[in-house]
Amino acid sequence: MLVHSKGARRAVWTLFLVLFLPVFALPLLVIVAASFASSWSGALPSGPTLAHYRDITQGDSLRALVTSLVTAVAASLLALAAGTWAALAAQRLRPRARKVLDALFMLPVAVPSVVVGLSLLVAFSQPPLLLNGTPQIVVIAHTVLVTAFAHQSVTAALARLDPAYEQSAAGLGARPAYVLWRVKLPLLLPSLTAAAGLCFALSMGELSATMMIYPPDWLPLPVRVFATTDRGALFAGAALAVVLMAATLLVLLAVSRIRTKASYR
Amino acid sequence: MSAATTTAGTAAGGRAPAAPSGIRFDNVSVAYGENVVLDSFDLTVEPGEVMALLGPSGSGKTTALRAVAGFVRPCAGRVLIGGRDVTGLPPHRRGIGMVVQQYALFPHLRVEDNVAFGLKARRGRTASRAETAARVAEALEMTGMAAYARRHPRELSGGQQQRVAIARALAIRPGVLLLDEPLSALDTRLRSGMLAELARLHRDLPDVSVLYVTHDQVEALTLADRIAVMDRARLRDCGTPQDLYRRPRTEFTASFVGNANLLPVTAGPDGTADFAGTRLTVTPAEGAAPGASATLCVRPHLVGLGDGPNTLHGRVTEVQWRGATHRVYADVAGHRVMADLRELRTTPEHGSDITLHFAAEDAVLLPAGAGSTDDE
Repeated sequence: MLVHSKGARRAVWTLFLVLFLPVFALPLLVIVAASFASSWSGALPSGPTLAHYRDITQGDSLRALVTSLVTAVAASLLALAAGTWAALAAQRLRPRARKVLDALFMLPVAVPSVVVGLSLLVAFSQPPLLLNGTPQIVVIAHTVLVTAFAHQSVTAALARLDPAYEQSAAGLGARPAYVLWRVKLPLLLPSLTAAAGLCFALSMGELSATMMIYPPDWLPLPVRVFATTDRGALFAGAALAVVLMAATLLVLLAVSRIRTKASYR
Repeated sequence: MSAATTTAGTAAGGRAPAAPSGIRFDNVSVAYGENVVLDSFDLTVEPGEVMALLGPSGSGKTTALRAVAGFVRPCAGRVLIGGRDVTGLPPHRRGIGMVVQQYALFPHLRVEDNVAFGLKARRGRTASRAETAARVAEALEMTGMAAYARRHPRELSGGQQQRVAIARALAIRPGVLLLDEPLSALDTRLRSGMLAELARLHRDLPDVSVLYVTHDQVEALTLADRIAVMDRARLRDCGTPQDLYRRPRTEFTASFVGNANLLPVTAGPDGTADFAGTRLTVTPAEGAAPGASATLCVRPHLVGLGDGPNTLHGRVTEVQWRGATHRVYADVAGHRVMADLRELRTTPEHGSDITLHFAAEDAVLLPAGAGSTDDE
């Protein structure tokens, strides 16, 4: 964009490809290639097979995928609700109180997620709040980890929203709740769906906190990918990773379709 | 037209008032911390009256309007709508219609849904579904936007969006319509068209009190029954457009409502004044006793070329051709005098001598320093 000479532009493109391809794209391609292989001793994988994918379609792997999807959907909806609510409420706060609230929401991001997992485990392992060993604790952990992102993107969107809309609506006789449902939330919808997509993607890939708390009957896909490769079944793990990737991308694609439909300006 | 006759005209107009009309500011002050943006503001807008709040930016006119809407809370005083104290009420319980500078049409709703918004928000309180549809159609018809009901705001031009914003405000049949610089986002030609539209709309809705905030004197003079001139958080002057234009009471009003030559004079006896040694016959003012220093206000278009009852001799310093008129700036005894003369066949030369005159009834004497901005 800022480079005008033809030679310089070519050089920039080359640099971009040299840096981008090996770091971002190639590893993903290697995973895809590995997922179809039964051995990899030379430069390229050999023994093409669909066996790994066939294994996934039945039994525990499929359960893990469903577990991940359910966890991610639940966590991102909860995070979206909490984050949006907090962002809306924060508008009425004084600047200093608002800063404190922002910092509070950022805390789980600043703290290593292993620590978040561990602290939830310790905090909820005694009655009366005994959540240890339940699926709920996984959903809670994911919610805690992703709410910050929902809160932040909704806060940013609210700051950009022209107060004239809210005031016009109030001037026309709309109660605050009516203004929220009919004006503010619809205008925020593009940001809300973007935030939901981000939360979903983060939750789908969450491993370190999950490792600390997952119960045996609620095992999300990333944990299974880790366990499988840890066992040495590299190609089966690759196939699981590809499924995880594809499922996440599909959902994000669907969400972004809602988003384009919902953008008015 | 005075406020009293406006009210009488309304009563004879027939239609029953839909909502409480009339606005009263009772000693209203608004401050942000130490910064007073509206200072002891007293003003009454009669039912059916169009009141323009005219002033430069930062004069407090928009704050006054927002105090009626309920978006700012006065730190002192009361705001009354239709005789009811609304000072403590939230905006949605005040029964107002409001149009802001940037229209703020809801971008996610079609034109018809924008117009229906206020009715739906109040459903159960005022309008049934069928009535809502009828009122939306009526409001769109009134503003000439019926053909655009199914469009989204982004598909409309600025002028069309403005009409929709007005239709949206009128659909709830407010007793009070607040217009905050509604034409300032439009280009000049559209603006004069919309001015005529607004005047027609008000003739169709004679019961509605309109508070019209503007910094444009043409809009205020054209549309308003009365003009309230504001400066630096205070009300400076209030009167009918003709009154303020022909008989301004303060220098600020004289220079803000139309152009004015303001000449320092010494008041004399029997409607005379002394300007740099020249005796002039003028329209006297209250409070300008003989011997007191005063300011003489003469409109540039009322200054003529050649000898007359009040003659000034000066030197041409600048001539501007403005199509229909020539604006001549002359130096008279060290003071600048502007004259708008009907297009001259021969343009006066710079530095040449010029003789100007004006009639006594066009020269208004103002007490010196009246309404000057530092009255602390």
